[in-house]
Amino acid sequence: MGAQLRVYKRRIRSVSATKKITKAMEMIAASRVVKAQRKVAASTPYATELTRAVTAVGTGSNTKHPLTTQAETVTRSAVLLLTSDRGLAGAFNSNAIKAAEQLTARLEREGKQVDTYIVGRRGVAHYNFRERKITESWTGFTDDPTYADAKNVAAPLIEAIEKETADGGVDELHIVYTEFVSMMTQSALDARLLPLSLEEVAEESHGKGEILPLYDFEPSAEDVLDALLPRYVESRIYNALLQSAASKHAATRRAMKSATDNAGELIESLTRLANAARQAEITQEISEIVGGASALADATAGSDY
Amino acid sequence: MAAELHVELVAADRKVWSGEATLVVARTTSGDIGVMPGHQPLLGVLESGPVTIRTSDGGTVVAAVHGGFISFADNKLSLLAEIAELSDEIDVQRAERALERAKSEADASAERRADVRLRAAASS
Repeated sequence: MGAQLRVYKRRIRSVSATKKITKAMEMIAASRVVKAQRKVAASTPYATELTRAVTAVGTGSNTKHPLTTQAETVTRSAVLLLTSDRGLAGAFNSNAIKAAEQLTARLEREGKQVDTYIVGRRGVAHYNFRERKITESWTGFTDDPTYADAKNVAAPLIEAIEKETADGGVDELHIVYTEFVSMMTQSALDARLLPLSLEEVAEESHGKGEILPLYDFEPSAEDVLDALLPRYVESRIYNALLQSAASKHAATRRAMKSATDNAGELIESLTRLANAARQAEITQEISEIVGGASALADATAGSDY
Repeated sequence: MAAELHVELVAADRKVWSGEATLVVARTTSGDIGVMPGHQPLLGVLESGPVTIRTSDGGTVVAAVHGGFISFADNKLSLLAEIAELSDEIDVQRAERALERAKSEADASAERRADVRLRAAASS
């Protein structure tokens, strides 16, 4: 076998092995998307009931709470960025990071100081490499977040917002995550989570045009609000974590699918080249034999004289 | 037929139980409260404790609930909890072990959680 042909054969073998791996990763990601979507659906009843309850307190009483009051001048904001622990997900992480950077730049233009909180190793690595300050970060659960993880993330954020700005607290909280629109579409977006505007929450749950009854609060409206709002923030963060996980798996699936397709194409074109090389080898051998035979024939014909 | 109310018991990550009931007893921060059909609209903060649901077919469902809310309106009762477990889902031995461990580590909240679990399991 000629050297050329051997090189092609070796490359085909290596690309086929890669193709098998990417194919397997694609299948795994596909099954995880379904699982992640199911988790999003399972957390929906809690979130809708909680939204209803918050709306009920918000409209049924005029209580003030640090989580709902807008600071007169915002001097410091917190940005929570949700990325994934692992890559191989196309532009998933870079899109989220880009959205966070745009938001940070906008807030800084408005004269606000920005504290960054990050979930996921990819985001942490990105910020560390550029030697930017991370206030707090969490890693290790982005593929399959639980409610306890969401609580862990929410706790320091709620604490920071309740603290006075002068003591290092923040006035508002933005969250950057990747929304799971469909299997094919996921978009990185930013949203202001706190201070919570009760009107917005009300709008969200009043889509069906229902009129909320006058509730009797137990023990009191203030206490209920006190207990409700942190849970509401946790549930929003939980939802964002779940959507981000579903998006990540969908992005991985897509990236791996195109990698598999590319490997297939590569194998096809390499096979063509290998065939051409083999054919060229055969043609050369034949012409060598024919050339040799005719040279021999010429030589014997010459000796007859 | 006795009047009924619709109950949804939901934890943060799943729906635990839903169905029709005639009476629901839960523990709020200001004491136990029993809700029957036609109760006035109510929104309360729950303590961790067992919740007893008397279903309309005469059965009883007990669940251990840790933190959360009770809300009632239009004959629909929602129990929202961060963690909720039905009594028959509770692993008694595991809860007992957790109780021992919490006692030895003097972890009050873990001790309370394990205690609530055991009580819910015992009362069904």
